[in-house]
Amino acid sequence: MVLSHAASNSDVSVHSTFASRYVRTSLPRFKMPENSIPKEAAYQIINDELMLDGNPRLNLASFVTTWMEPECDKLIMSSINKNYVDMDEYPVTTELQNRCVNMIAHLFNAPLGETETAVGVGTVGSSEAIMLAGLAFKRKWQNKRKAEGKPFDNPNIVTGANVQVCWEKFARYFEVELKEVKLSEGYYVMNPEQAVEMVDENTICVAAILGSTLNGEFEDVKLLNDLLVLKNKETGWDTPIHVDAASGGFIAPFLYPELEWDFRLPLVKSINVSGHKYGLVYAGIGWVVWRNKEDLPEELIFHINYLGADQPTFTLNFSKGSSQVIAQYYQLIRLGHEGYRNVMENCRENMIMLREGLEKTGRFNIVSKDEGVPLVAFSLKDNSSHTEFEVSDMLRRYGWIVPAYTMPPNAQHITVLRVVIREDFSRTLAERLVIDIEKVMRELDELPSRVIHKISLGEESEANGDNLMVTVKKSDMEKQREIINGWKKFVSDRKKTNGIC
Amino acid sequence: MVVSRTTTESKEPVSSTFGSRYVRTALPKYEIGESSIPKDAAYQIIKDELMLDGNPRLNLASFVTTWMEPECDKLIMDTINKNYVDMDEYPVTTEFQNRCVNMIARLFNAPLGDTQTAMGVGTVGSSEAIMLAGLAFKRNWQNKRKAEGKPYDKPNIVTGANVQVVWEKFARYFEVELKEVKLSEGYYVMDPEKAVEMVDENTICVAAMLGSTLTGEFEDVKRLNDLLVKKNEETGWNTPIHVDAASGGFIAPFIYPELEWDFRLPLVKSINVSGHKYGLVYAGVGWVVWRTQHDLPDELIFHINYLGADQPTFTLNFSKGSSQIIAQYYQFIRLGFEGYKNVMENCRENMLVLKEGLEKTERFNIVSKDVGVPLVAFSLKGQSFHSEFEISEMLRRFGWIVPAYTMPADAQHITVLRVVIREDFSRTLAERLVGDILKVLHELDTLPSKISRKMGAEDFGNVKGKKVEREKLTDVIVGWRKYVMDRKTMNGVC
Repeated sequence: MVLSHAASNSDVSVHSTFASRYVRTSLPRFKMPENSIPKEAAYQIINDELMLDGNPRLNLASFVTTWMEPECDKLIMSSINKNYVDMDEYPVTTELQNRCVNMIAHLFNAPLGETETAVGVGTVGSSEAIMLAGLAFKRKWQNKRKAEGKPFDNPNIVTGANVQVCWEKFARYFEVELKEVKLSEGYYVMNPEQAVEMVDENTICVAAILGSTLNGEFEDVKLLNDLLVLKNKETGWDTPIHVDAASGGFIAPFLYPELEWDFRLPLVKSINVSGHKYGLVYAGIGWVVWRNKEDLPEELIFHINYLGADQPTFTLNFSKGSSQVIAQYYQLIRLGHEGYRNVMENCRENMIMLREGLEKTGRFNIVSKDEGVPLVAFSLKDNSSHTEFEVSDMLRRYGWIVPAYTMPPNAQHITVLRVVIREDFSRTLAERLVIDIEKVMRELDELPSRVIHKISLGEESEANGDNLMVTVKKSDMEKQREIINGWKKFVSDRKKTNGIC
Repeated sequence: MVVSRTTTESKEPVSSTFGSRYVRTALPKYEIGESSIPKDAAYQIIKDELMLDGNPRLNLASFVTTWMEPECDKLIMDTINKNYVDMDEYPVTTEFQNRCVNMIARLFNAPLGDTQTAMGVGTVGSSEAIMLAGLAFKRNWQNKRKAEGKPYDKPNIVTGANVQVVWEKFARYFEVELKEVKLSEGYYVMDPEKAVEMVDENTICVAAMLGSTLTGEFEDVKRLNDLLVKKNEETGWNTPIHVDAASGGFIAPFIYPELEWDFRLPLVKSINVSGHKYGLVYAGVGWVVWRTQHDLPDELIFHINYLGADQPTFTLNFSKGSSQIIAQYYQFIRLGFEGYKNVMENCRENMLVLKEGLEKTERFNIVSKDVGVPLVAFSLKGQSFHSEFEISEMLRRFGWIVPAYTMPADAQHITVLRVVIREDFSRTLAERLVGDILKVLHELDTLPSKISRKMGAEDFGNVKGKKVEREKLTDVIVGWRKYVMDRKTMNGVC
């Protein structure tokens, strides 16, 4: 507790931040307060409330980067007041974005000549990137249909049911029908054969995921490409592919360079990747690159010209901070191929360590594969007495945030827990997590299951007339808890965005 | 120059950040390099390049905040690694967003009970906010037309030609026709009568601006509302209004509280405001609020539920940083009504100082009004040998970034220079700017105009042959630049 003097406009002097009158009276929550308060008090109040937020580095649900080097933090802070869209005023920042786009396009083997500039843009995240890519496909398809004199009012897109929610948003907001390939137990990604079957003349593109959010698996884009090439030959529809490489785009080129998933496949016309996932930058940056100019209809691009040079822009957002773009460039030059490879290999080793530790307990099925995004998705071998949701709740007490999810149709009866291995999840943390999970399993074993508990209570209340009052009270609480749990499960099932990022 | 030791993974000792091998060889620009480089080198390299960017605080083109208190900077840095969308994991941050939405809704006089929750969302900026509002209008209109059994494939939106480019984006990306009310010389905002005239059965909404980007003027939303109410009575179309208060939303309630432009007008169904303009937060936060639940069709909302409580979300972006939302909340509780009022009044006073200083030179017409966003838009008086673009370029030498713009149709022959007064533009800076503008004018007066120079050069014939060539080249460049500037629709309108 620091005794400080805060000067304020209202003539009240305060002796200590915590005991000041501003902290004694509660702040209005729904209306802007009338008066100002000293800045130290404002800082302290907000800081204190935020203590109750989860610790980002212990949030094992998220793919999004939670640690960067202090040098990068310094760069971020010094550019926090640069509005990215002022390209005239900040030409170097704009140039850095262009360099990042080119680096990423080359990373994905875009067919570019020596001095040819890549077509791509920095976005706020993969959501915006996917919407832009989808818009390009929709407009291209519409133009093609108009030229053929055919109807163009019923576009659709073919994806797996395992897609991230932004595809559903894109479909709903841009009025495109979403045709989902259902999953099945044991097969949690999009089946290329079923996908190609669903393609019709109104399909604007087929979207494959490199790094499924639920279990980290890479979809077989090559097989999809080969099957779709065959179908296109038969039908003449020329349906393209988009690869949602939000997580996998910064993993596959470094760990699995021989895996063909990117522009090496002729039907892949655009790829998006999240800079803030394995691009190793804080939340707020994504990238989308197109194969070449023809894949991005000119009419969607707004042209800004400064000093005679043409700067085409195609984004949904306008004003936004520059920090993340600069941070992405920092990571790309700081780490280089070597550095990214080291980080990804390290993540994979920690993932294997965690997986082996969990397998040793003998209580879990491992749902994720070794090849893919470094994460471990696991479910209980026996979930009759306790569910994965309970394991998740109890782990919170130790500080870990490990959410549980149900799979999308048609595998809704499977629930998994998911731990994502990020750059800052070290081996010691992995070992500690395994120990804590074992502790939780032991505790759960001692607790009777809630179902059994209720039945035995019911029997008790019928047998002991005198104890009726007590048991009735208990079962009220039990009922309430059941209702809450039932409601929680109901809304969890409808929950589409829990940690899918 | 600091001599320091940096260690690298490749066992190369280096003796100074600047002299290290990594700064001597050029970094690949378009491909990721093979090896890593030390973090100090990476930091220094980028920092050095960025020195050539403009200074954000001298960027007088932008409305977007360029300075915040150090305490807030600390909060921002502390929360830079929080992904806003993880509402489960960061419930307090989510709560802060909800509080901000409620504060803003009440600031705009939304018809809410004391404990009723407002309908609104935090976005990355007014662009996202406007797209969400437009989507809501489009869907509402489509549902209405479907229910009436009428065609719903040709929605349109009525705005002024002075709108910010995001409305054009919205129109193009979401397939809505944009019906623009043209401006005229001397009248640089949307004319309410002409706007209402353009409304037809396919109009999903009329968009008014509180704080036109070019001149800072507030459009007469009340008049628009009254005229539209009458038209709605006649036609039964029930066309609503959206107010784009990107700049004005945090100005009008504090210094023009009697001005009726918000939810006090019955046809106003949604309002957007930029937190990063006069909300006094760094770039990256905007807000949109709806009047009531019915103005936002439920089918557009995605429901996230945690701990049984329903958290509806309606955004285009998903993962994004939490820092700006927390910074916005900081500003609300730190400044309160009193603090915002002080800041806005100060901005207006500095604006008056600048305007009077420019008027005293007697070389400029002031195009902006006193009531509105605190900015000064001015153009050169009378026929001049020089253009506003030249003044803009010469001011750059003094460090000022003051862009020049041509007005949109039908006033394209008018060019203005625009200076936006932000919180960190003090009176001394205003006085210095006037001084520097005077210097620039003196310099330009001594320079012959480019046209007269060219005519003079031709008289001299061959001796000045080279000069004629150079003049032609200059003319071509200037002509080309003007041509592309005219096509430029996004220069600084933010």
